[in-house]
Amino acid sequence: MGGALITAGRFIGPSNPNAEKNSPYECGFEAFEDARMKFDVRYYLVAILFIIFDLEIAFLVPWAVVLDSISPAAFGAMALFLFILVIGFIYEWKKGALEWE
Amino acid sequence: MTFQLFVFYVLAAILVFAAGRVITVRNPVYAALFLVLAFFTSAGIWMLLEAEFLSITLVLVYVGAVMVLFLFVVMMLDLNIAPLREGFMQYLPVGILVGLIMVIEMIFLITQRYFKADNYPIPPPSDAGYSNTEALGLLLYSEYLYQFEIAAVILLVAIVAAIALTMRKRPETRYQKPAEQINVKKEDRLRVVSMNSEKD
Repeated sequence: MGGALITAGRFIGPSNPNAEKNSPYECGFEAFEDARMKFDVRYYLVAILFIIFDLEIAFLVPWAVVLDSISPAAFGAMALFLFILVIGFIYEWKKGALEWE
Repeated sequence: MTFQLFVFYVLAAILVFAAGRVITVRNPVYAALFLVLAFFTSAGIWMLLEAEFLSITLVLVYVGAVMVLFLFVVMMLDLNIAPLREGFMQYLPVGILVGLIMVIEMIFLITQRYFKADNYPIPPPSDAGYSNTEALGLLLYSEYLYQFEIAAVILLVAIVAAIALTMRKRPETRYQKPAEQINVKKEDRLRVVSMNSEKD
């Protein structure tokens, strides 16, 4: 239905574009600046910290699936794995990397 | 041609096309989006190989997270199209050299006796109860425990390096200190002043 309405509007509706009509505008004004601008590096920091803990999940899932049939050593290994990552987590917390203004 | 083979060729064609577009398209944001398409189709090929865990991880980690990172970098670099093409001829010899070395390495690998594709027949299809996640977990948490811990250390290094490289303290930044807010006493905020009442 949506596709049919858009297609019908495309063919039935009047269309006479010109350069002024097609130019970008900001709330009725000419565009003030380029759409490309620099982003704050803090977004990058948050993204990379997210990826690291995302990867941790990729290790946790197969471990949880086979939890019944692995040795106690493997259980301890996961505890050590999480401990090492918690060190990193404490570091980033204390360093203030998670703080936003 | 079986249906599986057909699906493989469709996915492989899309993958090669997307990978080619990553390096030929002008706009870096489009290149990043074509890389998303390439990751997605390779996830499909992994699914064909009955490696469903790896396939879903590829989509979650690479498409979901790594590509967000790539887009951030593209946006942060403040790229303009025109200056990008200026130094092209200058870097061309180095680029050709690197490409040539990679081609030679690939030829060495493929022509080796042990790496020929003919040496590896198509694995027999697993039965219905087969779980790739379970097989991976059993192997990873029995034989490869040491490598698994090394992965933890690498992730720790990545955390520390990312913070060391991009962290900047801004003195003008204001943020909340919940502990101090909770611990505040009445005397810190409120001062009772005794005044004599004034008469006109």
